[in-house]
Amino acid sequence: MLFTSYEFIAFLCGLFILYYLIPKKFQWILLLVGSAVFYAWAGIRFLAYIGVTTVTTWYAGTRISGIQEAGNAYYDAHKKEMDKEARKAYKADVKKKTRGWFLACLLLNLGILAVVKYTDFVIDNINAIFHGEISFLSFALPMGISFYTFKSMGYLIDVYRGKTKAQSNLAKFALFVSFFPQIIQGPISRYDKLSETLYGEHAFDPVRIRSGLMRIAWGFFKKLVIADRLLAGVKTLSAKPEEYQGAYVVLIILFYAIELYADFTGGIDITIGVGEIFGIKMEENFITPYFSKNINEYWTRWHITMGAWFKDYIFYPLSVSQPMLKLSKWSRDHMGKAVGKRVTVYIANIVVWFATGLWHGAAWNFIVWGMLNCVVTVASYEMEPLYKKFHTALPCTNRGWYDVFQMFRTFWLMGAIRILDVYRNVPTSFKQVGTIFTTGGWGSIFSADVLKLGLTGADYLVVLIGCILMIAVSIVRYRQKDDIRVNFEKRGVVCVSAVILLLVFAVLIFGAYGVGYDATQFIYNQF
Amino acid sequence: MEELLEILSDLHPEVDFTDCDTLIDDKILDSFDIISLITEINSEFDVAIPAEEIVPENFNSAQALYALIEKLQDED
Amino acid sequence: MEKTSMKKRIIAIVAALAVFCAGFWFFQRLLTPKYINDIIEGRLIADYYDHAGGNDVIFIGDCECYENISPIKMWEEYGITSYIRGSAQQLIWQSYYLLEETLQYETPKAVVFNVLSMKYNEPQNEAYNRLTLDGMKWSSSKVASIKASMTEEESFLSYVFPLLRYHSRWSELTGEDWEYMFKGKRSFHQGYLMRVDVRPVTSYPSKRPLPDYQFGATAYEYLDKITALCKEKGVELILMKAPSISPVWYDEWEEQMVEYSQKNQLKYINFLDLIDEVGIDFNTDTYDNGLHLNLSGAEKMAVWFGKYLQEECGIADHRGEPETVAKWQEMTDFYHEMEADQYRELEEYGYLKSYGGRPVTEEGK
Repeated sequence: MLFTSYEFIAFLCGLFILYYLIPKKFQWILLLVGSAVFYAWAGIRFLAYIGVTTVTTWYAGTRISGIQEAGNAYYDAHKKEMDKEARKAYKADVKKKTRGWFLACLLLNLGILAVVKYTDFVIDNINAIFHGEISFLSFALPMGISFYTFKSMGYLIDVYRGKTKAQSNLAKFALFVSFFPQIIQGPISRYDKLSETLYGEHAFDPVRIRSGLMRIAWGFFKKLVIADRLLAGVKTLSAKPEEYQGAYVVLIILFYAIELYADFTGGIDITIGVGEIFGIKMEENFITPYFSKNINEYWTRWHITMGAWFKDYIFYPLSVSQPMLKLSKWSRDHMGKAVGKRVTVYIANIVVWFATGLWHGAAWNFIVWGMLNCVVTVASYEMEPLYKKFHTALPCTNRGWYDVFQMFRTFWLMGAIRILDVYRNVPTSFKQVGTIFTTGGWGSIFSADVLKLGLTGADYLVVLIGCILMIAVSIVRYRQKDDIRVNFEKRGVVCVSAVILLLVFAVLIFGAYGVGYDATQFIYNQF
Repeated sequence: MEELLEILSDLHPEVDFTDCDTLIDDKILDSFDIISLITEINSEFDVAIPAEEIVPENFNSAQALYALIEKLQDED
Repeated sequence: MEKTSMKKRIIAIVAALAVFCAGFWFFQRLLTPKYINDIIEGRLIADYYDHAGGNDVIFIGDCECYENISPIKMWEEYGITSYIRGSAQQLIWQSYYLLEETLQYETPKAVVFNVLSMKYNEPQNEAYNRLTLDGMKWSSSKVASIKASMTEEESFLSYVFPLLRYHSRWSELTGEDWEYMFKGKRSFHQGYLMRVDVRPVTSYPSKRPLPDYQFGATAYEYLDKITALCKEKGVELILMKAPSISPVWYDEWEEQMVEYSQKNQLKYINFLDLIDEVGIDFNTDTYDNGLHLNLSGAEKMAVWFGKYLQEECGIADHRGEPETVAKWQEMTDFYHEMEADQYRELEEYGYLKSYGGRPVTEEGK
């Protein structure tokens, strides 16, 4: 069920009405049933995959928590009898007992993800290197497998660390894993955060529901009016790389930046809005990412929950692990402070970006995309002292316009890296970016030639107005650190209703849907 | 505490660490800084800060970080 | 306190829904094509409801019906009352459901079905579906017809709410869309679409061999249904193949239709064999090189067919009934008025400017 389908809207309406009719204590059960229906819609057989992840993670979680609780109880009771060494040894012993369950569950689930998602990629590369002819296994990718696996493994790690108590109710845990608004494209919620509202009893709160509806409508607007309309242009430009070079590559960078943003954040708006109408709070996944002044900031504003997942569960544990600390110490002693300081960060950074690239897709273009991000993050880290000197030497660079320049630079830099996602081919991507500097042809992207890219003048006008609206909303968000919805809510119910209705009609009329437009999948659906 | 402040100033000479308590929330320290910090602390204080302690509450101010170091030293 | 806030809440929700419905209805009206001066075939199906009842003969089928026979001429010559429920590329299941619907409004003495659509066994084209289906009033027949006709890209909901289909017309709106938002225009003569211009046949289409000449199972299924429905209602079913020379009508198809009509004891007339007898001259009687007849051809067809219906099927002459005469007189006047106006336009512009004609130079062929 795509968010932008009649089925989903009908499904959502039905679920919404039932949700507030049934006794509140059953609300979460209804959400579980709804999630199961939503998931089964993609194919009943896929339920097996998510089922295995749910049951194994739930079971391992309860076992780990059980061991920890028994251990803690014993520890508290016998604390006084133990000396420091014995305490330490006991704690280590408890940890060791939980480690088996933890590793078994982690490896099993990451193994499923790896096999289903990456087998064909590995086979393809083996074939290429050894000129082999191993046939592909062609697993059908279960919907949202990367997202629910990461969500579950985040939970498992939190339980193992003792940060979160395991959920003893299998059905409740199943709802956490399969919660339908976020199964397709995140956000990758943390159990401790999501569980605060997921299982609660929610009264019909008109203010919150209106607010949620406003966000859903805005999400549909971004997705259907802007992203899906612009998609035709992206497709035309990327289909014929030899024809569209030079200035056209700049155009496709711009188009794809707008399209991906509108599509992905639009989807997240729908997700979070759906959560809100059910009284469930989810964390933001994007906070005005295109207003980032450098790549590190960008990755704290774009696809936030994914970046945070990699940071918390891979980057930090890896860089503060014993071997890494030892390595750092050794390098410091043998190669100097500068090296010692960098070595762990660099290694962890490479690993994280390799994993992030691979997570986005089983293909070289994604891996190269990840590595380019790695290079840029390191470069920007290394150049920081230089920038500081620059700012001290030229105080005028501390003014607002310089911020805008930095945002502009980051936007185009990230866009250029993202080109790997457009052409899906590494050499082509590099060649195309190269032509920006060799081919030129700037005249044509400011001429009637742009009307030959599958977009009419009317399409450009709609996209332009859409972009102005998105920018305006982002500026408000950036300045006041709060959603623009707050401003409408202050003006009362009539204003909010008017905004919702305007958005709904804009989507109905200007949306790129129905006959004549391809029903496009969310770009992130495949991950 | 003095040692810690020195390590911190080394990272960001322009920041006054004695009374800032939004080091993470205001994005003064990024993930690279945090790792540098942990490796420094590891060699200066001989304390290994585990990954699960890397949360904003522990890194938002020098005081909080120092408290964490003391707690970990105590446990050792 | 609790009560008033509840009341307020309901009023607010109802008000919001009302605004939504009103807006939706307005935009739907505005954006749905009006088919006033272009593709006027789009209005044919809806035109019937003003003329339902009192027709002794109903023609159903594709353009070979509504362009090739003039019911007004048939009235003038024989006093036969007839109506053509034709539409562009009407598929056979659409014909069946249109007939089913028509029989809810009236029971004619005879039904004439044009068999060209036997060649289509699957849904064909979204745009043509729309031309046939959008005009129908809601009924179980319409629902069934939509379900049988939808191509993969279509959704049923977009038939219920045409705005979902036509919303992208916002950039193509013309004055016509505003002018005819709440009114229609009279263009047809008992389902006949008049054209007086002439474009003679210059060449005959070659009969490219087909891999398979057998009509499809679905096509036969619906032909059987049409036959059964007529039998059930006591209506005589006549099969016809119009005299259009293009698209090609294969001999192998002809054999199947002859066989079918004999097996089911139906009358079957292939006008391609009767061109001389009817008196059709493809130098003067077609407006598009033989695909469709023009007024002159359609009147010749009406003269021949009317006589046949009178003699072979016993269709009555109603010219002695004052009420019927009055009704048909009005239509006859409109018919001749349009005829004169078309000749005037032809004289003035060289083509039928407001009747769907194209300037000669614009067309390649």
